[in-house]
Amino acid sequence: MQAKAEGAARSNNAAAEQDIVQACWSCHGPVAVGDPFCSSCKAVQPPGQADHFQRMGLERSFDVDIDALEKAYFRMQRDLHPDRFATKTPKEKSLSQQQATSLNDAYETLKDPLDRAVYLAHLKGLDVLKEGCNALNDPVILMEAMEMREALAEAESADEVSDLTRRAQGDIADCEKELTSAFLGTDMDHIGTLITRLKYLRKLADETRFRRAELRSMA
Amino acid sequence: MALLQIYEPGETPAPHENDADVAVGIDLGTTNSVTAVSVDGKAEVLRDEDGQALVPSVVAYAPDGSPIVGGLAKSLIAMRPDSVVSSIKRLMGRGIEDIKSVAGHLPFTVEPAPEGEAAGASRMVRLNVDGHKLTPVEISSHILTALKERAEGVLDREVSRAVITVPAYFDDAARTATKDAARLAGLEVLRLVNEPTAAALAYGLDKEAEGLYAVYDLGGGTFDISLLRMEKGVFQVLSTGGDAALGGDDFDHAVAEHFLKDWTGKTPGSGAVKQAVAMAREVKEALSAEDQGTWTLELDGEEQSFALDRAAFEAMIEPLVKRTIRICEDVLDDADVTPDRVKGVVLVGGSTRVPLVRKMVAGLFGREPLADIDPDEVVAVGAALQAEALTVGSDTLLLDVTPLSLGIETMGGLTEKIIPRNTPIPVAKAQEFTTYQDGQSAMAIHAVQGEREMVDQNRSLARFTLRGIPPMTAGAARIRVTYAVDADGLLTVSAREETTGTEQSIEVKPSYGLSEDEMSQMLYDSMKHAKDDMTLRLLAESRVEAGRAVGAVKAALEIDGDLLTDDDRKAIDAIVAETEAAVAGEDRDAISAAVEKLEEGTRVFAEQRMDRGIRAALRGVEVERLDKAAHERDQQGEEQAASPDDRPKSAEAGD
Ligand SMILES: [Zn+2]
Repeated sequence: MQAKAEGAARSNNAAAEQDIVQACWSCHGPVAVGDPFCSSCKAVQPPGQADHFQRMGLERSFDVDIDALEKAYFRMQRDLHPDRFATKTPKEKSLSQQQATSLNDAYETLKDPLDRAVYLAHLKGLDVLKEGCNALNDPVILMEAMEMREALAEAESADEVSDLTRRAQGDIADCEKELTSAFLGTDMDHIGTLITRLKYLRKLADETRFRRAELRSMA
Repeated sequence: MALLQIYEPGETPAPHENDADVAVGIDLGTTNSVTAVSVDGKAEVLRDEDGQALVPSVVAYAPDGSPIVGGLAKSLIAMRPDSVVSSIKRLMGRGIEDIKSVAGHLPFTVEPAPEGEAAGASRMVRLNVDGHKLTPVEISSHILTALKERAEGVLDREVSRAVITVPAYFDDAARTATKDAARLAGLEVLRLVNEPTAAALAYGLDKEAEGLYAVYDLGGGTFDISLLRMEKGVFQVLSTGGDAALGGDDFDHAVAEHFLKDWTGKTPGSGAVKQAVAMAREVKEALSAEDQGTWTLELDGEEQSFALDRAAFEAMIEPLVKRTIRICEDVLDDADVTPDRVKGVVLVGGSTRVPLVRKMVAGLFGREPLADIDPDEVVAVGAALQAEALTVGSDTLLLDVTPLSLGIETMGGLTEKIIPRNTPIPVAKAQEFTTYQDGQSAMAIHAVQGEREMVDQNRSLARFTLRGIPPMTAGAARIRVTYAVDADGLLTVSAREETTGTEQSIEVKPSYGLSEDEMSQMLYDSMKHAKDDMTLRLLAESRVEAGRAVGAVKAALEIDGDLLTDDDRKAIDAIVAETEAAVAGEDRDAISAAVEKLEEGTRVFAEQRMDRGIRAALRGVEVERLDKAAHERDQQGEEQAASPDDRPKSAEAGD
């Protein structure tokens, strides 16, 4: 008995170190780390520490298959959304809310190319500052930004603004393509510059949208 | 007092016999309210003996203060305008400042909360209804109580749980106010569901719609537009927008103003305004079918007749309809969707019966809108479906979003967004802030809702102060503010100083909501069933918890029962039986004690299960490692790995 207990204690440590098994809060039995539900009592578990890619069962890459992402998101929300726990205990309700919150966070981050790029860069050790300005040292990008902004200020009709939106969207698509190949390499500075460019292109596209709404409400 | 004799018409689905109570769906509308129930995926609206589903959201107060709700109250408007309240939904969660703009249209006096009240009292307005001072929450709860009683009459069983719909554009204060009203009425809100989402649910399930759909919802007092993706039972809201103070009532007011402007008599009093508005509504309804008509208005004993044709009516309301169309365009833009990609437009709300509305919506989307489900009933039907899904289960899933951005006040009265609008809920986001003065020991946190840059142009939700920040130089403290929005769209804000762990968290009680004290006082005052209700609810909660604990132990026994000696097994079986017996009883303390005993009595068993689980997992890792090693050896063309039978032994050697 003594030996057995020691053995258990040892294996417990080993398992904990390797993050394989933890105790279910409900039946206190073993649950594999990362499993959303206990395999024996079916109780919902805390969301844990998985990164967004792991959570959605995707490979860590900028090139995300959006269909696969959505499939995984819907499949998991079907089981974990708070609507499935309306008649359960407060603890289960709260855990389901945490799980659904983590899923929404992962889905939103990975769905959006800019957020995905920032997040992936962060996982790779590059934190692109919120008001990132690495690219503002880049004269080409600086010129591009000024030119687009001028065009937007001069646009007088919703149609003209729509043209600018389309132009910005084209640039955004190109920038995302460049990011795809940049993430295959290791040049983090280049990735940082591309992310900053994408960021301001997106901001510009948003501004054209606001401007269009403004022109509409004046019409 | 039964105002309407309600009996069960043949078509109303009978809930299952063994359901102690049934969960209903309630569309708590500005002008009318509708209740529906769903059984086995088939929803039906509840009707009175005349087949009427719509209950006017109108409350008349008798001299002793007792409320009369519905058609009778509505018919009292002309006779006793000072004691009848309608369109109370427009005031839900609103402060005195907010409603000054609508106040001209409200034919009763609105008062701010009394000055100098004890701290903690809310800033919620009171209406002076014939001498009775009532908050919008109370008036709303009177409507909900009436709906609950009617539903109980029709279904012949208790109704204590409901899904209640709110406009997607309802802010946090209005949502909380709605939940408070339900609580006062003795209803547990299973979920607040956005009206357009509910309509989409009713529509999508009925028509098995797939693809992008827009829901255009023009009610009496609010306008909502939502863009949804429907796919294999998943209803995903992509973007939503609207105006919480724009609706069919505004059409009536535009027409009434036109009449009163031409009125030759003296300045019309509040009674006259009410009568003119009531007539304007008739005009609107008539001109939706006819091309022209003549109406007679009698004010203060003076009669005057007015002729109006549809073109003139449409000219009066066109600016209002245009406003809705512009909001639609913005919402489409937000989701990056062009109108031609929308596969269908669902119309919701009685005001969509106005031909000009249909014409302009069709013009925007380039297709005729869908209205084959009664636009007045479709929301309640969706709410009922969701009520059933939440209590009984369902294959469908609603994924909704935040309608408005949630932000925090920063230096200079600016708003910093923490959760942008159209973010899927539930959601939690954190942002770090710092102190701006040396030795600063407190930080004020002001949560606001809205899209504007300046804080004072957005809606103030709550303020609180994080205290006990240790003295540090300016900019050294790291204060992490977290906003969490639950599936009802309600916000909780918490703040934490990271270097010391000083923490404060509040559920946002909107500035114009009821304070906790007021709420308990009202519950205490008004409810015959308040105390019983509370006891029953606590008992129900203990039973759910005990059910979970018993279920967990049984599942564990099923899987790992072989770990136990016969005696251990018998002991656990006995405690399980004891717990089950307690659950069958009425004693909440006995249930809690049994659950505790169960947890205690199965602790060793749980440890044994953990040991087994960990060993199995380690074995898995070991097998993987050996496999990998074997694979590598194979690749090097060396000798074969150990036979599979040997592996578990080597992994278990540590035992
Ligand atoms: Zn378990």
